[in-house]
This record gives sequence, structure tokens and C-alpha cells, in this order.
Amino acid sequence: MGKSTISKIPFKGTAEQEQKLREYIAANKDVQGSLMPIMQEAQEIYGYLPIEVQKIIADSLNIPLEEVYGVATFYAQFTLNPKGQYRIGVCLGTACYVKGSQNVFDKACSELGIGSGDVTDDGKFSLEATRCIGCCGLAPVMTVNDDVYGRLTADDVPKILEKYKNM
Amino acid sequence: MADVTLKINGLPVTVPAGTTILDAANSVGIKIPTLCFLKDINAIGACRICVVEVKGARSLVASCVYPVANNMEVFTNTPAVRKSRKTTLELILSTHDKKCLSCVRNQNCELQTLCNEYGVEDVDRFAGTKPEYEIEDTNPYLVRDNNKCVLCRRCVAVCRHNQGVGVIGANERGFATNIGSAFGLDLKDVPCIACGQCIVHCPVGALHEKDDTQKVWDAIADPEKHVVIAPAPSVRATLGECFDMPIGTNVEGKMVAAMHRLGFDAVVDVDVAADFTIMEEGTEFIKRLGGEGPLPLITSCSPGWVKYCEHYFPEFIPNLSSAKSPQGMYGALMKSYYAEKMGVAPSKICVVSVMPCTAKKFERTREQNIVDGLEDIDISITTRELSRMIKLAGIDFTALPDEEFDPIFGGATGAAHIFGATGGVMEAALRTVVEILEKKTMESVDYHEVRGIEGIKEATYNVAGTEVKVAVVSGTANAGKLLTEIKEGKRNYHFIEVMACPGGCVNGGGQPLQSAYTRAHVDLKTLRAKALYSEDEACVYRKSHDNPIVKKVYEEYLGEPGSHKAHHLLHTTYVARGK
Repeated sequence: MGKSTISKIPFKGTAEQEQKLREYIAANKDVQGSLMPIMQEAQEIYGYLPIEVQKIIADSLNIPLEEVYGVATFYAQFTLNPKGQYRIGVCLGTACYVKGSQNVFDKACSELGIGSGDVTDDGKFSLEATRCIGCCGLAPVMTVNDDVYGRLTADDVPKILEKYKNM
Repeated sequence: MADVTLKINGLPVTVPAGTTILDAANSVGIKIPTLCFLKDINAIGACRICVVEVKGARSLVASCVYPVANNMEVFTNTPAVRKSRKTTLELILSTHDKKCLSCVRNQNCELQTLCNEYGVEDVDRFAGTKPEYEIEDTNPYLVRDNNKCVLCRRCVAVCRHNQGVGVIGANERGFATNIGSAFGLDLKDVPCIACGQCIVHCPVGALHEKDDTQKVWDAIADPEKHVVIAPAPSVRATLGECFDMPIGTNVEGKMVAAMHRLGFDAVVDVDVAADFTIMEEGTEFIKRLGGEGPLPLITSCSPGWVKYCEHYFPEFIPNLSSAKSPQGMYGALMKSYYAEKMGVAPSKICVVSVMPCTAKKFERTREQNIVDGLEDIDISITTRELSRMIKLAGIDFTALPDEEFDPIFGGATGAAHIFGATGGVMEAALRTVVEILEKKTMESVDYHEVRGIEGIKEATYNVAGTEVKVAVVSGTANAGKLLTEIKEGKRNYHFIEVMACPGGCVNGGGQPLQSAYTRAHVDLKTLRAKALYSEDEACVYRKSHDNPIVKKVYEEYLGEPGSHKAHHLLHTTYVARGK
């Protein structure tokens, strides 16, 4: 309660994106159970489901915004935040986890001031707790876009982030 | 539909096919406990309190959603059933903020009652992580404490289905599930209409009105202040319930006596203001019928409805009567006419209203309801808050004698008394409008067609040669339906009464709380309304324009209905708010 989940990143949707979404809604709105497919399409178009997009969906389907939001927060496939310029993934798969990746993840959270699925206010970093990414020999592993960092401790996290902050 | 015969606890029961086990059991006097179930509103089988044993079934079933079948054998009170219900309660308690002593719902809580009945001794049996929520109290009418929420979704269902609003719902999932608005917004930032129906349907203390009683105590204790109190029409029909009196008891005399004993400087009646509302609104209707202003004219007494219109149907704002609600007129007249008569400076007068309604707390804050720099109403409390004040003051309510309102603004007509029930404002208006247009006294003042608790009623009356079509709606979901059909050209009327709460103010969001079981088995709306219609019938004056006080105030102070002064004091404006 009281904690707004409205993305702090300014909405940059284009007229083309909105038209595409509205066309999809128009073609599907009378199909029973169309809310989920419409939300999936919207996320496909915008990359996330900010309040501006959820309002378009709610108004077009003539349902309360809360109903759209309830679905958006129920399913893990939907996200309320755009991806950051640098997408950080910390593997919480079995091997990384037993090697202490939770500490790495927690450190990343506290350094960036965000949780899993969130993005920093400046849009620079987004954070995701991931499943196994297939390089268990390097456990615990963190990725930043396509760069892979292995055999980490929590203390390594600030140094890595610093690199990207200045890029 | 064909009938089905089954056995419940060995008792043969015959009910129509499609009936749930719960309803079948209730029909033969077997009570099954429920928590998330609300008859006709919420049947989702979520809380698992209503589980029963069905012979041959693999597990216990939720009786509120399980349909009966021929030859079914149901058992509602076995060791397995009792154990399951008790465990469910213990699990609910594992995340419930159990500060019962300080809870507004202490001794009036459905969860507490169940725990008591099922002998829950260890309230921390499943102690563990608890979600922690901030208390939401940023709006002027309602407080949400999700730490006490049991996720029954009764508030969600009533908001969406009865009120057609749907600003609250279940967000997130699993352990993190919480009831709230989209994007974690507070109710003040979403199109909530403040009706309070969520509060009266909440089984626990997660939702309650914003308590303003301390402000009233402070005002009474302030020697500088002249504190006036007055109750809305429906309060006298419900207040007795807070003191265990039968539903539908009219306690007007005792209520007035209690107000005197609480220490107010004056005890007057909002019903008198309701008579003024009829004079102003009736005059407005006659003008519009004559071509001045848009039709249909729609009543504006119900602030939940007004807010709904402003959010969801702003195109109908020109149709809303500009006449203030009785609460607004009461306040404005206290700080003008009354102040002058009593020789008290308007700024020293503290006007308190007792309302069946949480939206009245919002209406009080409307900047459109400020006259000459003074708010019409200083403090608006609900029926429940008044009952708490009476209890705190140590007043033995049921033993009180009957007393009368102060004559300067007490003594309303029957027309005003029925304002508290759906159809009442329309009937009151018709009593006056018809006589003015027909230019004669009518034989009957009863307009039976607009009475009763149906959600949408309509009638046509021939008034001085004109067919006047009227509609009466309660529950804003019904209002939305009606307005949509008007927009589509499917319906048309000259005059519409809307009350936000189903059944009208007698079932308002500020009224005494009744359990889901009582709501399912007692016709609250009809019983409470009956108290008002009986009072109407017993009145000498049953038409607002016959009220001697109304005549006197217009003669001595306001001029005539619709005059410049009347407009300055007794009319208001509205604003489109967006969804």
C-alpha cells in the first residue's frame, strides 16, 4: 500500500505502436478471454506494460484498469518496467545458488536500489534473477547484457557496476 | 427447473436443481459457516470455511459453490469438517494482524466470531513470516489496513458488481497477494466513488470509515464554538441496531435525546433541509420541464452517485440537479439563517452531520460547497461513529426517553423522512411538483410505483396534461446501465433519482454493520426503509411545501425557491474528474 509501481522511466510510446495495439484490440476484443493475448501483444509491442498501455487496454475493453493490473501482476511473464540499457542477470540456479549467488544478487539489489524485475530510475540498469544459464563451472555467475562474470563474491559487484555506470 | 432430493445430516431436503449445498442446508435451518461468501455477490469458494463432507467425494467440498445432486448425502458437522475449518482459521490467523483489542471491529468481526465458535486457542499455531502493509488513509473517508485483510474479496466483488466501479482488486500472487488499486495507487488517486459499500461488506477490520469522532469531541469541548448536530433521514432507522435493537426500529426520539446528552448546543434535523432540497430541486425540475435546461433532471443528493457521474459519465453533469444535497443545505442554512436568528457569528458555528454515508465525508471537502469562505459542513460522521460516541459517553441508549429536535430547524415532513430509501426523493419531489403544476391539492400523496428495493424502477405520471416519465435507480452499476441505455436512445425520462448504494441510504456505507449471514437471510433494505415509510404515514405534513419552517424561512430569509439568495446558499456545481 502506498508504494506506487508506476514506472519512473518516462513513457516513450509512439503513435505507430499505439495504432498497432489498437488494431490488435479491435480484432480481438469480442473474443472471450482476449485480455491475456492482448496484454501479451502489448508487451510484444512496447517491451513492458506501463500504466499508459494498461489504460489503453482497459478503456478499449471497457473494464477497470485494476482488472488489467491484477492480471499483469499475477503472471510472471508480464513486466511493469522497461529493460534497462544494461540488463543484469544473476543466476539463482542450483549450482550458482549453492556457491552463494543469493549474496551476489542481494548486493546487486542494494547497490542499484531495485529488486528483481525492476529498473533504475535513470533507465540505465535493470535486474533479473535468472535460472541456470549453462556455465555452472563459473558459478556464481552474473551477466551484464552479453558480458559474463564468474566466480564472484558480493564484493565484486560494485566494481563491475561501476564500469557500466561510466560507459 | 426440476427438483433434487438429497440428505443433509440425515435430513431429507428437496430443492431446485442448481441450488448450492449451502443454500439447501440453510433452507432447512442448518447453518454452515462462511467467510468469503456474500449471497448474490461473491461465491468463489476461496476461503474454505464452508467445507462439508459429501459421501463418496474424494475430499471436503466448498458448499457455497457446490451444486446439489439427487441422492447426495451431505454432512456439515463431522470431526473432519470441524478440524478442517479450525485449521483454515489458524492458517488465516498466521498472516492476520491480531490486534483485536484496539480493532474497530472487535466483537463485531466475522473472523473473531468463527475463531470463537471453533475453539481456536493457539492463534500463533502457524507463526511465520507475515506480510507488512502500510495503512492507507490518504483519502477523507476510508482507511485500509491490509494487515487485517483475509483476502475474501467481498469488497472487490461489491465494488465491481454492485457499484460498477472496480477500483480495487487482488494484485500480485501467492503469499504476496494483496487487495488494492492498480499500480499501488491510493483510493484518492483512482476513480473511487467513496460509497463505503466495501466497508459494510468487509468481514474484518481491514476497511473502516475514517473516524472523525475526536474532532467532534474537540469541538464540543471548545467553549468558543457553537456546535450544531443533525442526522440524515435514514440514521434514525438504523442507529438502534448498534444497541442490539431489532432491525427496522425507528429511534428518532432516543437519538435526539442522546445528542442532547452528548453536549451539542443545538440538535436539529437534516430532514428539514431535505424539504428545502425538494423545494429547490422541484423548482428546477419545473423550469427544465418548461424548456429551461436539459432533461432528464437527475437528483444530486447522493454524493457517491455524484462522484460516479463525475468520473464515469461526465456528459451527464449538465443533467445533475444544481440543488445541494440535504447535508449541504443544512450546513449552508446553519451558517446563514440560523446564525442570524441565534445571533452567533457564522465562523463560530461548527456544523456536524450524522450520515449513513462515507461519501458525505468526501462531499464535505468539495470546494464547490464553500459559501462566503465557510465550508457548509465542518465534520461529517457516520451512523457507526455516532453510536461509538454514545457508548463512550456512557449513555444507556435503549433506556433514553424520546426527545424532540430544536424547533428552529426540527419538524420535517413525511416527504423528507423517506429520502433515506430508494425512491424516496422521487416520491417527495413528485408530491410537491405535481401539486404546483396541477395548481391544486392532490387526494393521494402515495406514489407506490417508485417504492421498493428493485435496482431500476420506472413510472409515468400524467401531470397537468404532460406525460412525465420518471426512473429510480440504486446501486451505481444500475445507474451506469441506465445512463448507457439513455445514451443509446433505448430509454428516455424527464426525471431520474439515483442513489449510489443498493436500496438507498438505509443500506449506505456508513450504516451499522451486519454480517454476511444476516444480509443473506434478512431483508435489511426493506426493513430499514419500512421504518421511514411508517414515520411518513404518521406525519401531519407529508409534502415539503407544507412544512411551516420551510415557508417561514423562504418568507423571512430566502425569498422564493430558485431566488438569487437561494442559489447562492443552496446550489452547487460539479466537475468532470476522469476515469
